[in-house]
Amino acid sequence: MIVELGHYCLVLALFVALVQAVVLLTGAARQRADFMATATGSSLALFALVGASFAALTWAFVVSDFSVLVVALNSHTDKPLLYKISGVWANHEGSLLLWVLILTAFSLAISLLGRNLPPTLRSRAIAVQGLVTAGFLLFILFTSNPFWRIPPEAIPLNGQGLNPLLQDPALAFHPPLLYAGYVGFSMAFSLAVAALIEGRVDAAWARWVRPWTLAAWVFLTLGIALGAWWAYYELGWGGWWSWDPVENASFIPWLAGTALLHSAIVVEKRNALKVWTVFLAVLTFSLSLVGTFIVRSGVITSIHAFASDPTRGVFILVLLGLTIGASLILFAWRAPQLEGGSLFAPDSKEGSLLVNNLLMTTAAATVLIGVLYPLVADVLNMGKLTVGPPFYELVFKWLMIPTIVLMAIGPLLPWKRGDLRGALRKLTVADAAFVLTLIAVIVLAGADRYWTAIGLALGVWLATGTLTELALRLRGGRMPPRATWGLVLGHLGMAAMVIGIVCDYSWRTETVQAMRPGETRHLAGRDFTLLEADEVQGPNYTALRATVRLDEKGREVAVLHPERRDYATSTMPTTESAIASNGLVDYHAVIGESSGDGTFAARFFYHPGVPLLWYGAGLMALGGLISLTDGRYRVGAPKRNTATRSRKTPS
Amino acid sequence: MNRRKRRLYFIALGVITLLLAGVLLRAGMEGNIVFFYSPTDLAEKGIESGKRFRVGGLVEEGSVEREGTSLAFTITDGLNEMRVVYTGLVPDLFREGQGVIAEGRLDEDGKVFRADNVLARHDENYMPPEVADSLKETGQWQHATPDDTGLPKFLKDHETPDEARP
Repeated sequence: MIVELGHYCLVLALFVALVQAVVLLTGAARQRADFMATATGSSLALFALVGASFAALTWAFVVSDFSVLVVALNSHTDKPLLYKISGVWANHEGSLLLWVLILTAFSLAISLLGRNLPPTLRSRAIAVQGLVTAGFLLFILFTSNPFWRIPPEAIPLNGQGLNPLLQDPALAFHPPLLYAGYVGFSMAFSLAVAALIEGRVDAAWARWVRPWTLAAWVFLTLGIALGAWWAYYELGWGGWWSWDPVENASFIPWLAGTALLHSAIVVEKRNALKVWTVFLAVLTFSLSLVGTFIVRSGVITSIHAFASDPTRGVFILVLLGLTIGASLILFAWRAPQLEGGSLFAPDSKEGSLLVNNLLMTTAAATVLIGVLYPLVADVLNMGKLTVGPPFYELVFKWLMIPTIVLMAIGPLLPWKRGDLRGALRKLTVADAAFVLTLIAVIVLAGADRYWTAIGLALGVWLATGTLTELALRLRGGRMPPRATWGLVLGHLGMAAMVIGIVCDYSWRTETVQAMRPGETRHLAGRDFTLLEADEVQGPNYTALRATVRLDEKGREVAVLHPERRDYATSTMPTTESAIASNGLVDYHAVIGESSGDGTFAARFFYHPGVPLLWYGAGLMALGGLISLTDGRYRVGAPKRNTATRSRKTPS
Repeated sequence: MNRRKRRLYFIALGVITLLLAGVLLRAGMEGNIVFFYSPTDLAEKGIESGKRFRVGGLVEEGSVEREGTSLAFTITDGLNEMRVVYTGLVPDLFREGQGVIAEGRLDEDGKVFRADNVLARHDENYMPPEVADSLKETGQWQHATPDDTGLPKFLKDHETPDEARP
């Protein structure tokens, strides 16, 4: 009964979304205040209906109602409660329902927090959200309905269980964060489309777009980092990023979102780059949709690929074409009518942010080309192929060098007028740090490690340059605004990531061997001794559990317990790797199958610098959050009529 | 800087970025594209040794030999087969009779494929599309995956999925 109610709510939500879009668009076009006043009510109704539907599905999972197909396929009575709940979005149907739930939550946020937006802009933005919601509800109801029942005679006694790899706390929260990021960009999209209809983009618009983009970007950053972290510690393959299409699908919108974040600053502060920012807002959400298409259609070979259904792919493709096509046509039609912005010198802060945008969009475009190229080649009969990690690594090496250089210089440039020489003069400390690091690495690691030296020196240069910026801001004895702290933390996070990535790429090592208990292997200054390997019994699995002692110069530093688990509900064993970390350097141990003659396949890794990646992602997200609390960008704080008042705060 | 100058500057910047991106793309694609072949493709076309590529199909039943961490197995598409050797831990889902993709090079005499990577999947019902296509071409698809609807046995025994819908 509850399941049918959930289904009913979902159908009802589709009609509410359609009516909402029509009423609000008409109301805005005809200046009917009574029509536009329905925005809050309809957004609330939409959110409540989708929320009720989501709650009904969650209930079906919690009570293990196996007459529901999705539950039977993805849950099991023995599963811990956390994974029964996370099972709701650990499958195609449920995850799309979560997608729509987050979308309606964002619509509700515009209608509740946006009371001081011009009423027509607000109505149109909510209407666009409503249209996107309706599109996805159609998709769910027709191709991916989570409420499909199994005929009574076929109802199984127990479910198929959740893919054991997904039974992990990090992965329980990875999809919601990622989706909040993907869907969060819909706010910028809807506001951009609304602004295009209005034919007006100004600082007040940017002050609205920016916090929402920032919030979405923080979610996406955390979601991607959590996924990488999970892959790193859970899968035991010794990496954290493999340039797989599904990973790239989340990285492309992140790059575009990073560009949008920075260009929105220029619109807000200087009223320039307006057309470009609107275009980026449309682009970023479109790329989120492309990402959803790549993940959900199964058109591209991926280690992540989920068993998929081609009709879904076609449906998403149509949805994608309509959304992107319509918004780009609207852009081509209306963008020329947006008034030109204020002027600036190429080497001003605006100029540096523009170059940042070019670099970020180029990066996004190259990743997209890498992902889509195999698809195009297949269609054109050029053979089946894949674009491997070396492609992305080469492209990113050359794109990141100018990006990092710019990230230290840009914040030191003044608005409007160019003063590159002044900015460079302020970077003498950073220059010294760069040269010292370069020399130190060359001397310690050898001249053939020049890429390592350059990479580490750039990371140190960025960190020092960013701290210089902070020191200059603090010099007046005044507390800089929180947005500045956001900038500093975000850029420091990037520096930490660069250093971590360069260290890992330069020095990581691994060994794979068959070992008997009692044997020792030496790797990167540590001795790994396999002490024993026993069968142990877990709550819903049995496991081969190894005990590995890690010694440094004869002194024990850690004892690791890698496992290989066999879940009762699944035919496939899973790997639980074990990591010993000192906060800068990681040592991994992975245990494989027993080969029957008393030996076990064992794999050990040395990963220097990987923890810096997680610190870096944390710093970026923290920077974003602090920036969000800046009173000047408090959501909805500025009214359009006060926006023109000059703000004397330094930026 | 007036409007016209600024527009020129924007355009120049855009063109330079596009050119650089093009150069990067070409350089990046060069040698970093890995083609996929089925054992039949390999038998018909003949691939030079030393070139990096992927080969995929089903792991032939009874073909897996292990020695320490080395592993040898045969990939088949029903018509032709390819012997693969690999050192390292295979993914958890590596099974006889299941779809697999190996990446590496042919050795000198072209008889054995030396893989340095065997691809894993997260989902046991998933079949890589290339493997599925090549199996369809050789007519092995039906035998290969009795479970190609992706539906669990308890459902197939009873109803088709359409009827499972309310």
